[in-house]
This record gives sequence, structure tokens and C-alpha cells, in this order.
Amino acid sequence: MNTQDTPLPLLSVRNLSIDFHLRSHVLHAVRDVSFDLHPGRTLCLVGESGSGKSVTARALLRLIDPQARVSGGTITLNSAEGPLHLDRMAANSREIRAVRGGRIGLIFQEPMSSLSPVRTIGAQIVEALLLHRKMTKAEAKAETVNLLKQVEIAQPEKMADRYTFEFSGGMRQRAMIAMALACDPDILIADEPTTALDVTTQAEIMDLIGRLQASRGMAMLMITHDLGLVAEVADDVAVMRWGKIIEQGPVDAIFHAAQHPYTKRLLAATLQLDSAPKRVPPATDSKPLLSVHGLSKYFGGHDWRGRPTYSIKAVDDVSLDLWPGENLGIVGESGSGKTTVGRMLLRIMEPTSGRILWRGAPTEQDVLQMRPPELGQFRSAVRLVFQDPFASLNPRMTVKQVIADPLVVSGALTGAALEERVGTLLEMVGLDRSAMERYPHAFSGGQRQRISIARALALDPRIIIADEATSALDVSIRAQVMDLLLDLQKRLDLSFIFIAHDISVVRYFCDRVAVMHQGRIVETGAAEQICTAPEHPYTQSLISAVPNPDPRDRRMLHRTKFIA
Amino acid sequence: MLGYVFKRILLMIPTMIGISIISFVIIQLPPGDYLTSLLASMADSGQTVDATEIARMRANYGLDDPMVVQYWKWISGIILRGDFGYSFEWGRPVSELIWDRMGATLSISVAALLFVWAVSLPIGIYSAVKRHSIGDHIATLFGFLGLAIPNFILALTLMYVSYKYFDQSVGGLYSPEYVGADWSWGRVWDLLKHLWIPVIVIGTSGTAALIRILRANLTDELSKPYVVTARAKGLSEYEVIMRYPVRIALNPFVSAIGWVLPQLISGVTITAIVLNLPTAGPLLLRALISQDMYLAGSFILLMGVLTLIGMLVSDLLLALLDPRIRFT
Repeated sequence: MNTQDTPLPLLSVRNLSIDFHLRSHVLHAVRDVSFDLHPGRTLCLVGESGSGKSVTARALLRLIDPQARVSGGTITLNSAEGPLHLDRMAANSREIRAVRGGRIGLIFQEPMSSLSPVRTIGAQIVEALLLHRKMTKAEAKAETVNLLKQVEIAQPEKMADRYTFEFSGGMRQRAMIAMALACDPDILIADEPTTALDVTTQAEIMDLIGRLQASRGMAMLMITHDLGLVAEVADDVAVMRWGKIIEQGPVDAIFHAAQHPYTKRLLAATLQLDSAPKRVPPATDSKPLLSVHGLSKYFGGHDWRGRPTYSIKAVDDVSLDLWPGENLGIVGESGSGKTTVGRMLLRIMEPTSGRILWRGAPTEQDVLQMRPPELGQFRSAVRLVFQDPFASLNPRMTVKQVIADPLVVSGALTGAALEERVGTLLEMVGLDRSAMERYPHAFSGGQRQRISIARALALDPRIIIADEATSALDVSIRAQVMDLLLDLQKRLDLSFIFIAHDISVVRYFCDRVAVMHQGRIVETGAAEQICTAPEHPYTQSLISAVPNPDPRDRRMLHRTKFIA
Repeated sequence: MLGYVFKRILLMIPTMIGISIISFVIIQLPPGDYLTSLLASMADSGQTVDATEIARMRANYGLDDPMVVQYWKWISGIILRGDFGYSFEWGRPVSELIWDRMGATLSISVAALLFVWAVSLPIGIYSAVKRHSIGDHIATLFGFLGLAIPNFILALTLMYVSYKYFDQSVGGLYSPEYVGADWSWGRVWDLLKHLWIPVIVIGTSGTAALIRILRANLTDELSKPYVVTARAKGLSEYEVIMRYPVRIALNPFVSAIGWVLPQLISGVTITAIVLNLPTAGPLLLRALISQDMYLAGSFILLMGVLTLIGMLVSDLLLALLDPRIRFT
């Protein structure tokens, strides 16, 4: 990078290397990383999981785990009083503690677990103020209210005395930002600040951070895996892979003239999802395979006589059709009821009212009237793939046991035939037969999701309900898994119900999309139409909040807002 | 919060009724009653008792009434008149016997609880923060020793040590000259000199258990993201640990009141006998052996009540400490 004609950077990192001293070996998590942060500018550190981006950010504050060690390089913080060499400060020394919170603020991914649940939001912010600014307790309290007002939390006086679990995800992240900014830091480090949030909330939070950054002239280091978000907010980008920065430069250069093949591949994987699919939707003139009419689920309390006292309409009068060979997407933010719909389709959860008609059997049947033998058959024809590939596989079962489990339960196959079937399934999802005897922990996230898919396929299903099946995966893996699903669909005549919060994924994968909001379907239509010309105002606001992976067309900040 | 307290206290009433019924049934369960065991011991020593005399005593004590009637007589006396019945063996009302003993039990228990807290809190925090250090290993070793050594052996050892090296009268809570004396500074000092042995003996296993619990809980909490947040604020390591993870890991400490209290009262009978402590345990044991039903029943009932109160206190403290409990 050319730094001769630019002013002295606020923070410069040179040849930073970090080693993890593990029991069996030394892992070089970060190698020779160099970058600069300038006032008022945002540097995005991009990379897939395990690329070393979070460790790098924490190393700036000397907040790395005890088994990690900075093995080389310098971190220099320039200020009016002269340069501070953060790398030479002892861990937890007085000097580094003055920098933490005072000069450099930090925001984390998970706002729930990043704040203590047993102390009020206000108390946690006051603490930071008392540490770095000469204030009395009363002044600090007043300043806390002022900060909460700045991050646009309504009724800040009241909210300061609330606990984190009384806040929504977006509000928690706002409080976290207020805390990080309490002492007017020169630099803000944001480690995946919006990954746990919905797209509309994400847009609001990034909006807020952007405005605060501009008004205070802070430098920002943002860590993310989402290239769309990078295109929306970054001035400069550094792409990390396996602990090294493989390419860095201004955001426009990275997105429009990437040099390194890995950067190109990452961009291709992101853009691929955004480009129009070449799928031909199946014919919808025949009878649908599965029809849902007026499905509702109310959660509520009862008084002591069993009469309902209140109810939350988690799912409210939802009607859907799924034709053979079709991919139907259900999109919505967290709490919209999309997962509840998926569970009710399989009667894992009993609906309050409604009908689910299944035409996969010789005669048309209402799923809600089914008794155990038919219900069992229905459930073997409709399978589920879950979001978290780490939690949905039993770590004490081998891959063979995992995949064979539905076959064993149904008693379909035994012995050599069973093993043969598991082998075929593994090859079908692009894994080697030899994977059979190993345990899930030996596989990466993408491979585990393939194992989950193989398990879903074991009973020759007609429909697969994929509940956020690709959300936990890195973007390059995500595209591979979706291609696998599409390929399987062609070979096995499957229909998919694809539940997701990520519009680009749905657009790539689905023929038709139903948009859910507060338990209701607000709009159903062809995927392309929903994504390019949504009709309902809620869908419009949802689509416009999706980050666009093109820095020349930043649309997230000009989004349409939906007021329900 | 007030509603919660009220609800908890209201819920204690049916539980207490249940406890009273169960404790009464339990003391009635062994075959025979006080008179049969009295006769047996008199026959052992060669005495005979007139049959009519026995029948008169039976009628007198109401021993032939159905169990429900006996229970009603007992419980209504307690509730309406504070009369716990009559101890056959001691020939005195139960209430005269019981309060001294309960008082001694309670004071030893509270002292032991404070000892448990005072020792296990710093050691537990140290063990968790400096995991796998020499200090942690030593604390772990003593913790396991504390769990493994039977209390009465510890009691005998400490008695020997204190007699041999400190030249102190051992056993009981007072030196002979102060037993039954009026309260004075001398007597308090004497009590403190005697109290340390039972407190250490009784508290050791609880301390060891709490150290392990605190260590495990705190280890979990130390790796939570909010600890990193606290560090990123610029707090010193001591402040970070004491204000954040320890605050949450303290929960088992408070809930310890609930289980330490009844354990101290009922679980240390052997220790109390070895140390000749005037607590409830030895008296309860004798009452059970001689089927002195009102005395035994009253002890069991009071222990149940104490356990309930301990649980209530610990629950209320927990709610004060942890807002997540308060609001759900």
C-alpha cells in the first residue's frame, strides 16, 4: 500500500504473527499481517471461518487466549503524545488497559452473550465511563442516558436500568455500541457486529455505526464474512485466508479488479447467488403434492380453570401449495413463524387449526388426521435437514450409524444391504464411502451438512424440508451444498421446502417464495418477481435491506423502511 | 418481587403439613411403642411391671388411639398451644428439651456455613483462575482429602491435637466451669475456643464440595464472551473476574444454604456424639432408639421446617442476586 503521501495512520500493524501453542503442535493462526487504519475510514477484514481474522482484531487489544502468543511484528497506535507500541505492552498492564475501551472500542458478534446478564445495561456502561473519563457517578449516569439516546434506544432513562434479556437482539447490539463508544475511542473494532441479526436490523445497525463514525471521525476495523456487507460499508478491504492477508486495497479495486484467485472465487460464490437462476419451474397445472390450508399455531397461557388468557399467534392462517419437483422458499425474519410452519408440516408440533393435505399416497390424506402407521409413512416421505450441522449429528454415533438410523428404525434394511445403501448415499452426496466408520467431529461444516442430507435421503423421500440448511456455512461451501441439493432433485424427483432468512439463497434455489411476517404470509410469488419487483411493502423493505455485493451500487443505506 | 415472596411462603404451608404427616408416620412405623421398649429394657434388668399398670399408662398416653387421632392431638397441640407433647423418657415436656438443643445446633450450623463460605470462595476462585497451577493442584488435593476423610476421624484427630498441644478441655461447647453459667465475655470466649473444632469438622466436606462446584462453574464462565467484553473495556483483571464471571458463578454458593443447613443438622450426628456436642443429633438418635415418639417427631418436624426456611432464604437471595430468576 502506498502510505507516503497519506497522513500518518492512526494504527499500523506490521508483520503481525500469532501462534497457538496447542498440546500436539503449534498452529500459525496469523502470519505476517500488515495493515493501517485511518481516521474516518473503514477497513474490512474479510475471510471465511478459521482464516484468523478475529484473532488478529483481538491481538490489537492484547485480548488473545493464553495459549496464543504474538510471535512477531509490531502494532503502533499513533496519537498526539507520540506512538504507542501496543505489542510491547505487557498483557493486562496499566498502559494497555488505558487503550482498551479508552482508545479502541470493541463490538462483538453475539450481543446476548457479550453483555453480563446479571447487571443492568446502564451499570455496564457507567463502569466504562468511570474507568476512562474523570466523572462522578451521577455524571456517568447522565452520560449513559445520553449515549443510549445517541444509539437511538427509546426511553433511555428507563432502559439504562434494564437487563440484557429484556432487550431485543438489535437493541442489545445498540447498547453494546453505546458501551464501546462511551469513552470516545479513536478506533472501533467491530467483529461480525450484525451476523446474529436480521437483515433489516443489520441495515439499521450499520446505518447507525456509519453515522456515529462520520460524526466522530473514528477509524473502524470491521471483521466479516459477508461480502455484500463489505461492499456496502468498506473503504478498504483486506482478504484473509489461512492466517495471511492475500490481497488488500480500496473496496472498488477488490470488487471490480480482484487479482488473487481466492478473492475472485469468493466474489464469484457471492455473485452467483445474486445472479438469476436458470431453473425452469415445474408445471403447476396438476394437483399439488402438499397443500396447506389455514394453518395456525397459537401459543398462550391458561388461567387455573384452563381458559386461555392470552395468545401469541406464532403462525396465523398460513396456506401453501407445493407441486412435485418444485422448490418453495419460505422467507422471513427471526420470529416470523417460518420454522414453526416447517415443524407443523411434519407434526413435530401440533397446529392449533388448519389442514395439511398430502397427495403422495394413493389416496389424498389429511396429515392432521393421520394415526401412527400412516404418519410414519408420511414422515418417511417428508424429511428434515437442520441448520446447525454441528448440533444435529450425534457426536457419539459414527457416520454410518447416523445415516443408517432412519433405515434401522423403519426396519427396511439390515446387514450388508444396509451398509451398501449407506455407501451409495454417501457417494450421492459427494462423500467417500470410507467416511462411514468415522465420527462427525472429523468433518467440516459443509461435509457434515452433506451427511445430514444423506440421512434425509435414506428413506427415498418425496419432500425435503430444509430449515436454514445453509445459513451456518461459509459462502463458498453454501453454493456447493445448494448445487448438490439441486443436482439431487434432478436425479431423485424431490421437492424442497426451503426455509431461510437469506434472500439471495432463496433466489438462487427456489421457484416460488412465500414471505412471512409476524406469523402471516404477506406475499407469495415467483422467486424472481419477489426479489426484483416485490409488491407488499414489507417484502420491499426486506429486499432493500439486503446488502448488495457491489460497492458502486450501495443500496442498503437507501433502503425502504416498513412500519408495521 | 413481593408477590413472589408471598407465593413462596404460601406454598410452604402444604409442604409443612406433608412434612408433619410424614414425620409422624415415620416415628410410628417401627413395631411397638415407647411402653414396649420400656418393658423390654426393664425385663432386661430383671424388673417386672404390673399388667394393669401398663394398661393404665397406655390409656393415659393415648397409645391405643388410632393413628389419625394421635396425629391430631400432637399437631393441634403444637399449632394451638406451642405444646410439642411429652417426652416419656425424660419425663418432661418436649418443648423444654428441644429449644436448647435447636439453638446450639443452629449456632454451630451457621458458624459452619460461614466457615464454608469464607474458605471455599477464595480457594475456588483461585483454583478456577489459575487452573492447573501448583496452587490449584494443592487445593484440589486437600479438597479431595476433605471429601474423603470421615468426619468422626477428623473430629478425633482434632480433639487429640487440641488436648495434647493446646492443653484445652475438649468435647462439648463449654469448659466444665462455664456449663450452665450465665452469659459473660469469659463464657463467649470459652465458647469460641470450643467451637472451632466442630466447625472445622462439620464444614470440611462442604467446603471441599463447594470449592469443586465453584471451580467448575467459574471455569465455564471465564470463557464466556462477556468476560472478553469486560476486559476490552479496560478493567483490571481482578475487577473483570470479581464483577463478571464470579457474580454469576456465585449462584451455587447461595443455593448451598438450602442443602448445607439440613445436612449440618441431621448429617453430623456421629460427629456430635464423638465431640459430645449438645446438638439435636444425639438427642434425636436416643429418642428414636427408645421410641420416644413425641420427642423424635418434634425434632424431625423442626428439621423439616428449618430446611424449608433455608430453601426459602436461598431462593430469595438467588432472586436478589440474579435478575434472570427474578423476572421469570
